[in-house]
Amino acid sequence: MSLLDREASGVVMTPDNIRTKRLPVAVNLGVAVAGLAIAAAIVYGFGIGNYVLVAVLGVIFYLIGLQIVAGRIEGPRTALDRMWKTLIYAACLLAILPLASVVWTLVSKGVERLDGNFFSTSMNNIGARDPEGGAYHAIIGTLEQVGIATLIAVPLGVLGAIYLVEYGRGRFANTVRFFVDVMTGIPSIVAGLFILSFWVLIVSPWFNNGTPRFSGFAASLALTVLMLPTIVRSTEEMLRLVPGPLREGAYALGVPKWKTILQVVLPTALPGIVTGVMLAVARAAGETAPVLLVAGGAASINFNPFEGGQQSLALFVYQQAGDASRYAPARAWTAALTLVAIVLILTIAAKLLARRNSLSK
Amino acid sequence: MAKRIEASNVSSYYGSFKAIDSVSMTVEPKTITALIGPSGCGKSTFLRSVNRMHEVLPGARIEGSLTIDDQNIYDPDVDVTAVRRMIGMVFQRPNPFPTMSIYENVVAGLKLNGVKKKSVLDDAAEQSLKSANLWNEVKDRLNRPGAGLSGGQQQRLCIARTIAVEPQVVLMDEPCSALDPISTLAIEDLMFKLKDRFTIIIVTHNMQQAARVSDKTGFFSIDKTGDPGRLIEYDDTQKIFSNPTEKKTEDYITGRFG
Repeated sequence: MSLLDREASGVVMTPDNIRTKRLPVAVNLGVAVAGLAIAAAIVYGFGIGNYVLVAVLGVIFYLIGLQIVAGRIEGPRTALDRMWKTLIYAACLLAILPLASVVWTLVSKGVERLDGNFFSTSMNNIGARDPEGGAYHAIIGTLEQVGIATLIAVPLGVLGAIYLVEYGRGRFANTVRFFVDVMTGIPSIVAGLFILSFWVLIVSPWFNNGTPRFSGFAASLALTVLMLPTIVRSTEEMLRLVPGPLREGAYALGVPKWKTILQVVLPTALPGIVTGVMLAVARAAGETAPVLLVAGGAASINFNPFEGGQQSLALFVYQQAGDASRYAPARAWTAALTLVAIVLILTIAAKLLARRNSLSK
Repeated sequence: MAKRIEASNVSSYYGSFKAIDSVSMTVEPKTITALIGPSGCGKSTFLRSVNRMHEVLPGARIEGSLTIDDQNIYDPDVDVTAVRRMIGMVFQRPNPFPTMSIYENVVAGLKLNGVKKKSVLDDAAEQSLKSANLWNEVKDRLNRPGAGLSGGQQQRLCIARTIAVEPQVVLMDEPCSALDPISTLAIEDLMFKLKDRFTIIIVTHNMQQAARVSDKTGFFSIDKTGDPGRLIEYDDTQKIFSNPTEKKTEDYITGRFG
């Protein structure tokens, strides 16, 4: 029995007939409606849940029903294909759902304090009974801390990745790669503790007459520790994707290696590198623990990242969410919305910049 | 301008694997030399040894001497980038820089080597594109990406890029193997034109092409897989294709190889 025969056995299609019956759209929809109806009947009949369970069960019943009905009409192979396709679409929807839900929650709850006062005042002299107060100091803190961390981590990370891809051979490079991998999994609190014990307690007293001090810069260092491995790994992957013949093409023109890397390899990999950097920035902007440990947080505005405690948005959210004041939760929601908005704007800006630098088709 | 290349007892290695075994040949200035032979026989390796591109791969090294007008390019005090500026190379697959426009691609070699003057660059771009028979097709869209051209145009763009830095020797590693017959013809025409100014060595699998374009032909072969490739015969193209000295050459050319 040939392969074709085996596949065709029990199926409408025969080797002589290249046409096959298709499942009508109406039937497809009917199965979906029936699936949902059965799910609703079960869920509400037994009183065991709400619309979420109806949707989940409905999809499952729909898949089973589709498999049976399509199997009858179209044959098992096509029905299987249909089922997988539906499953993949369902998984895709499921992945988008939490994101949409987060955005909706943030916007609907954050809009209450989305006013000028929130963006122009700090929490200085704001008591538990005051409805005002804002996150101006926290926005400044986040921008400064993440900005400094990015300024340190991007050059170091990109240069490290260039070393690993273009120069690193043998044992040392492998060791570096291994430790970068290990660092990727480092919990943020550990990075904070490291900077606390190293920078705040040992180094910072040298600059402050022997007294250790918190600073936004210490938070930047902790965030750098967290950003570095992400940037190194993503940049490394992107540089590896640049085809070898491109490098050889530049060498063949008598271009030195460092210039080839700078002018040919990096620009080619730039969009991917930017994506990696933005992932790292987003992660750093959302970190609470290291800032709490080494910058301490603050209620008032502090523009100087090198001196005294500084607030950050993530830390502000944490503190306001746990605050007893009835006005605090609204501030926390708006601060969270602001944080997401800042990361989103930065990401879009970075992508636009990267696209402008490379030619569009 | 064009220079004489003399290889004597060149052996190339990839790590411990010997890819070619003591190849000696002399290439006269302003000629086209074709290297033919079965896959894996070391033609490309030899070609890449001529502009020190071989050593880009980790563990690759070479023995013997390769001189260009009596300067050994493998002397320890030789600057690799200077050698490669003198000996340009066109690759099997067109490899225009994807982030650069057509114009930027052509002047990339000059620009990355420090030429900044706009008039010089403009001039070089126009001259090189004209020499590469591409000017008329792209003159109105020099700012479009080089990767948007057709395969044949891309390859001519790469040739323009190579000759823009005014090398003395141009190496071509199967430059037409990814191209259709019309683009191939365009590039062969181009080689005839470039012969007045450059020494050209071309690796090709297309024997008609070797017979059509080259003055001299070298036939490489291996005894069996794992053995190093050898230069079996090197002579005038006319002689190789009409009356080769070696039996192996004759077998290969008439298609009775192996």
